[in-house]
Amino acid sequence: MQTVPAIPDLVKLKRGAGAPRLLQDNLTIAFFLLPALILFLLFVIYPIFQSVYYSLFNWKGLGPAVDYVGIENFKRILSDRVFLIALRNGLLIVVFSLALQLPLSLGLAVLVGNNLRGRAFYRTIFFLPYVLSEVIAAIMWLIILNPDPERGFINAVLVLFPGAEAQPWLGNPDTVLVAVFVALTWKYFGFHMLLYLTGLQNIPVEIQEAARIDGASVLQSFFRITLPLLYSTIRTSVYLSVLGSLQQFILVWIMTKGGPVNASETLATYMYRFGFVRFQLGYGSAVAIYMFLLCLFFSLVYQRLTRQPDYLTGL
Amino acid sequence: MATMSIPRQRWNARKFLPQFARYFILTVVIVFVLVPIVMLLFGALKTRGEFMTRPYTLPIPPRWENVITIVSEPSFWGMLRNSLLVMLAATFGVVAICSLAAFVFARMEFRTKGLAFNLFTVGLMFPINVAILPVYFVLRQIDLIDSLMGVILVQTAFQLSGNILILRGFFTAIPTELQDAAYIDGCTAFDFFIRILLPLARPALAAVAALTMIVSWNDLLVPLIVINQDKLWTLPLGTMQFQGQYGQDLSLVSAFVAISALPTIIFYLFAERQIVSGLTAGAIKG
Repeated sequence: MQTVPAIPDLVKLKRGAGAPRLLQDNLTIAFFLLPALILFLLFVIYPIFQSVYYSLFNWKGLGPAVDYVGIENFKRILSDRVFLIALRNGLLIVVFSLALQLPLSLGLAVLVGNNLRGRAFYRTIFFLPYVLSEVIAAIMWLIILNPDPERGFINAVLVLFPGAEAQPWLGNPDTVLVAVFVALTWKYFGFHMLLYLTGLQNIPVEIQEAARIDGASVLQSFFRITLPLLYSTIRTSVYLSVLGSLQQFILVWIMTKGGPVNASETLATYMYRFGFVRFQLGYGSAVAIYMFLLCLFFSLVYQRLTRQPDYLTGL
Repeated sequence: MATMSIPRQRWNARKFLPQFARYFILTVVIVFVLVPIVMLLFGALKTRGEFMTRPYTLPIPPRWENVITIVSEPSFWGMLRNSLLVMLAATFGVVAICSLAAFVFARMEFRTKGLAFNLFTVGLMFPINVAILPVYFVLRQIDLIDSLMGVILVQTAFQLSGNILILRGFFTAIPTELQDAAYIDGCTAFDFFIRILLPLARPALAAVAALTMIVSWNDLLVPLIVINQDKLWTLPLGTMQFQGQYGQDLSLVSAFVAISALPTIIFYLFAERQIVSGLTAGAIKG
């Protein structure tokens, strides 16, 4: 940047000075933002308003929506048993994820740590399921969850234990959600582990060393130092996990179609069923709005509740 | 006291978490991760009969019949082509559009900047799984149903928020002095962006591109609602339909799934660093 500007640049400098410069900047801003703004308004923002409109109609998608029903759809949804199951399942997946999947990911990240031999290898393997598509993951799990121990690997291993019997994991309303959750964990724990690994890397080694010299035990140094310093990473990971859990779709749809008897229905499978299978688009729109409000409500409350404590802002 | 505690601490740590227990746990998790993948490969390399009678043995000798059946099917190559086309277009769109917008948010001032930026962050709370039905209405209105263009535009639109955020973070980290120097030398904002900022931000652009490629390549939801005719199926959509149609012939399904997973795995092994840095930057900024 220290070099003498070439002559064409000097010419530009003159033209770019003063008021024309401002105009030029404003034009640049407009042109640079325009493509993003158009796409975003058209496909993300406008649909929100449009679905609010359609949610007030009983509309099958043919011709214009004329059968105005007010907030009838919203009332019907709340009194539909299946919707409540879907909501409960969403919340259960959230609870399972927070109680099992994230601690597992954090534990593994700590185990892999900063200096384990073969660290890169473990990371590569653990993260692999995350990059495979949900279709592929779902079909893999369908295959190994086959109820017949002659076909499905999980049951084949299970029957080796005395007293254990093969289970139709996906066919039994009592086990289906657990089976789906195991598949979800398989797919997503690597992502959270990766976040924690990055977070751990950012903790200065000196702090851990100082604690060790002061005589802190491994557990003490984990709970008093590592965990608080991971605060912002955990905060992010919890946020993404909750939002992701609430809107699970493809994996569940391919593995169970929400069945048997709606036992594994999620909010997204419920919306898909009404919107794209039964073509009750007004009703489906109302479901979409409930989902949107749920995500929005959670985001706002969560961000308010988890403001970073002051002593951590420097890290 | 302090000097006493160092040896005691070391001994404690060894007792508490012996190295072999560490490796043991990690190995258990590796098995958990690999079982579905390995079973899939076993199935893919066996004949239907072999897979029925002894599914859990190594596929020796490997049978390539299923694989050959699938790769000699023109429709498979059609899906591959569609997926590639969508992925490349969406990735190009995301990288170009997001870097333009991120530059404005990182480096330029205007009155409604805060408002415009907040608008884009709404997208983070409105993921495609929630938005899919409303988006479908819009696609119907502008007549993009049953076209790859519809898939590309929707995928691009829903990748904007996160990637603008990632790139803005990277762009902000580039020293302001560079920009001042460039402006003093007579650069316009556009010159600075094209000639200085973008080349410097190449690693960030690679991360965004790698991430978008994975998301687009794996996406099933958007093609599922946009595409009707089987000529336009993408690979995930084709995989789902194939599983529905040949669900009984597990070895054939396994072969199809294994082949369709192959490009992702190869890409992952080459671009792991970019994918990882894109994801962690995105998550931590978001």
